[in-house]
Amino acid sequence: MISESMVDLSRWQFAATSLYHFLFVPLTLGLSFLLAIMESTYVMTGKEIYKDMTQFWGKLFGINFALGVLTGLTMEFQFGMNWSYFSHYVGDIFGAPLAIEGLMAFFLEATFVGLFFFGWDKLGKGQHLLVTWLVALGTNLSALWILVANGWMQNPVGAEFNYETMRMELSSFGALLFNPAAQVKFVHTVAAGYTTASAFVLGISAYYMLKGRDAAFAQRSYTIAAGFGLAAILSVIVLGDESGYTDGEVQKAKLAAIEAEWHTEEAPASFTAIGIPDQELMETRYAVKIPWILGLIGTRSVDTPITGLTEILEKNRLRVRNGIHAYAALQLLRAGHKDENTIAEFEHYKQDLGYGLLLKRYTEKVVDATDQQIELAAKSSLPRVVPLFWTFRVMVACGFIMLAIFIFAVIASSIRKCRQNWLLRASLYMIPLPWLACEMGWFVAEFGRQPWTIAEILPTFLSVSSLTELDLYLSLAGYIGLYTLFLIIEMFLMIKFIKLGPSSLHKGRYHFEIATGASL
Amino acid sequence: MIFDYETMRLIWWALLGALLIGFAITGGFDLGVAILLPFLGKNDTERRVIINTVGATWEGNQVWFVTAGGALFAAWPMAYSVAFSGFYFALLLTLFALFLRPVGFDYRSKLPSPIWRRNWDIALFVGGLVPALIFGVAFGNLLKGVPFYFDNEMRIFYTGSFWALLNPFSLAAGLVSLCMLIMHGAVFLQVKTVGDINQRCKTVVTLFTIITLVIFALAGFWVSAIDGYQISSAILPNAVSNPLAKTVTNAAGLWLANYGRCPVLWVIPALAFVTGITTVLLSKLDRPGLAFISSSLTLATIILTAGVSMFPFLIPSSSEMNSSLTVWDASSSLATLKIMFWVTLIFLPIVLSYTTWAFRVMRGKITLEYIHQNDHTTY
Ligand code: HDD
Ligand code: HEM
Ligand code: HEM
Repeated sequence: MISESMVDLSRWQFAATSLYHFLFVPLTLGLSFLLAIMESTYVMTGKEIYKDMTQFWGKLFGINFALGVLTGLTMEFQFGMNWSYFSHYVGDIFGAPLAIEGLMAFFLEATFVGLFFFGWDKLGKGQHLLVTWLVALGTNLSALWILVANGWMQNPVGAEFNYETMRMELSSFGALLFNPAAQVKFVHTVAAGYTTASAFVLGISAYYMLKGRDAAFAQRSYTIAAGFGLAAILSVIVLGDESGYTDGEVQKAKLAAIEAEWHTEEAPASFTAIGIPDQELMETRYAVKIPWILGLIGTRSVDTPITGLTEILEKNRLRVRNGIHAYAALQLLRAGHKDENTIAEFEHYKQDLGYGLLLKRYTEKVVDATDQQIELAAKSSLPRVVPLFWTFRVMVACGFIMLAIFIFAVIASSIRKCRQNWLLRASLYMIPLPWLACEMGWFVAEFGRQPWTIAEILPTFLSVSSLTELDLYLSLAGYIGLYTLFLIIEMFLMIKFIKLGPSSLHKGRYHFEIATGASL
Repeated sequence: MIFDYETMRLIWWALLGALLIGFAITGGFDLGVAILLPFLGKNDTERRVIINTVGATWEGNQVWFVTAGGALFAAWPMAYSVAFSGFYFALLLTLFALFLRPVGFDYRSKLPSPIWRRNWDIALFVGGLVPALIFGVAFGNLLKGVPFYFDNEMRIFYTGSFWALLNPFSLAAGLVSLCMLIMHGAVFLQVKTVGDINQRCKTVVTLFTIITLVIFALAGFWVSAIDGYQISSAILPNAVSNPLAKTVTNAAGLWLANYGRCPVLWVIPALAFVTGITTVLLSKLDRPGLAFISSSLTLATIILTAGVSMFPFLIPSSSEMNSSLTVWDASSSLATLKIMFWVTLIFLPIVLSYTTWAFRVMRGKITLEYIHQNDHTTY
């Protein structure tokens, strides 16, 4: 029997390690591109300063990259270690993008990242530039494949359940690849990465300008980051198209929860900008509503209604009951009674099998579930509104604040006056915002999928490995201890090199080298 | 071309082996070099020479391991689930040790402080030693059989403990893997260095090749005494992947049955000895490049020896033998195997070609002068 606390611990561990991985990922994604842009400028103009920029920001890239790799290894191991039933149940589909990611993306980025750092004297200018672009390509391809995998968990298309193997099996690779949920995610997530790196470069360049150091270096970096950043944040906000919400109850429920949309509204739905949602009463107090907006964001139209949670709950009650039939037929099939009737019964109900499995959390005997247990299972199929409602708003708020700052930054750098102190200070203090938004975004995406790991197919509760609580306490303690240690070391190095600035390149032409005349 | 399920399963067994051997050959020398770091580098500059022999390429090498993990997940999802959750603490330990590598390589020489560098050297050493040992221990345990079973809904239950993994036979297998990677690392270092370090490598190569071959031979005799496994019901290579549909028996010496059936296979372990000896000779004769090819062959044949003796088993179960995972009943669906086959067929050659290019760009010896000249850019 699976224990609740085992499941909770496994979830905490996954959440902690993946959110931690995503502290480093967005900077890698975006900075690799910025490096490629800076180096392209170097190759086209021949100005040494752009090479220095590539090398200095490259140093910071390297410090971050090491932790990206380190924490990525955990992710790769963890599916098998802690989510072994999940890995068995969907490995046939889910494993493929992960393996392709290794072959197509990790090899590329990891091989060329070595040449990026060590190849400056061994490669021609053009060759080195190519290497840098290949690193950027590799990181972005890795995002593509992992998000194909993750998108499939949100919207599992192109797969069929096979009762003989007791798992999901691939029926259409094309559907997996062109899953709308995955495409939306990919665009939004890589753009979030570009935004993160731009904010990073922008803020640190602003810091040098505030300190009156290395003006030429800082201004050029600032300009590139401002332009790239504005394009990126606009993509995050505008292209964060939500066509992924058109399929599947789970995605609909997530959207409704984000918006605290308790009941289906006449189209076009209004947007609850702020308010206090109450899950028990299924209503939002003190709601401030803006008409039309939700319909536009959610469906890109003025005449499609957004399904409310009450209606979804209604449907899901029925699906749990159907799921019991599916489960009963499956039991017969597994026991070897493969007669036509049983197969027909199973085929008829099998799209609701997942909802039947939701009952496993409340009773071992799914087939004899009581009305009360069915009600519990149906209720559990709705995400919790309050956390989703707020985290989503934090992300959006971060997005609009950054948009404003990037707009000013672009204006300021195009009229060659980026020295207004308030703007520089705002750029510097903005640095944490993209990280905050990214973490909130993942929380929305993943917590909003609960109680499922694979939407409507496999409940989180069943996905775990058969480990003990002690196992989980030990591994969780190990991760927390080591990750904290590494984070301290990384931040220490990062801050040290940021403070040193381009002087750390020992080219003899930057602030500390000129000021002290000594090498550091 | 028409590929049936049986052929695809065989191909994926071979491809998984190829990825593992790829990792042993490339990632393996990184691990070996890291283990040798504190012993062959007598001062900071020497240690930097050693680190920089692999500095530019270790990252790509490690991806062989990551990809082998991904391929196991995609092609043999049950084996991935059983092995990773069953060997929970062994993998956790490996993972924690592997953590030390990216930071060790990248951060060590970023600061001049000797204490800082000393600690990272130890970290790199541990990051090489632990995985090298545990990979072998895991192989040893596969040969011994792993205590797990499936229930009717295919949930996996593991009945062993972490300490049970450390049985004498598996420890011997761990030593084989540790020593062979040290040998391989030393050969690589000999290729990439000159002078004192280069000379020290030769001694290491000789010593560790001999130890490897001796323990390998002993383990070979030992295998004839431990229980091997065999499918006792009809073998259905084209059936759906249901591990519970067959029956399995075990008996001492069964792991040698494949060699009995097909004696030409003895060539594989024999080659391990031959190439081991040529590695020593070539290293002594100052032909490290050829010695490297030779030691790569030693690794490949040692791994193949174990793989062939277990075939068609992937993970035999010692607690409920019928739950054992084999090539015929633990794979992905035919559709997934096919798609992944085409993807691999296209991308593996591309990977191999740019990896070769990267090694060519970084060819040449790493010397003390090189480190002094590139004080601020090398690791
Ligand atoms: C949107 C992007 C994204 C997301 C959602 C993830 N990753 Fe990641 N991952 C990257 C983007 C990335 C990257 C940008 O490509 C990294 C970060 C830094 C780096 O070195 O590469 C990386 C590194 C990285 C590595 C090390 C690769 C190497 O050795 O070079 C592994 C094994 C993984 N990841 C695996 C995972 C898994 C199993 C994930 C799912 C749970 C995951 N990542 C989520
Ligand atoms: C790196 C970016 C990611 C972040 C920050 C992230 C975040 C999270 C969070 C916060 C949870 C916990 C949800 C909860 O239990 O309430 C979670 C769970 C999970 N996520 Fe993600 N996730 C990321 C990427 C992925 C990807 C790419 C996949 C699959 C390819 C994935 C698969 C899972 C699984 C299997 C669980 C555990 C089951 C669950 O609790 O829902 N995650 N993730
Ligand atoms: C300002 C308007 C924004 C809107 C309307 C928006 C919308 C969304 C939505 C609806 C999700 C959940 C996707 C799902 O259900 O799976 C999401 C996720 C996410 N958001 Fe945002 N977002 C905004 C800004 C930002 C910003 C500024 C960042 C970071 C710089 C960001 C980073 C992320 C990330 C990393 C995820 C998780 C990955 C994903 O599911 O795509 N978002 N966003």
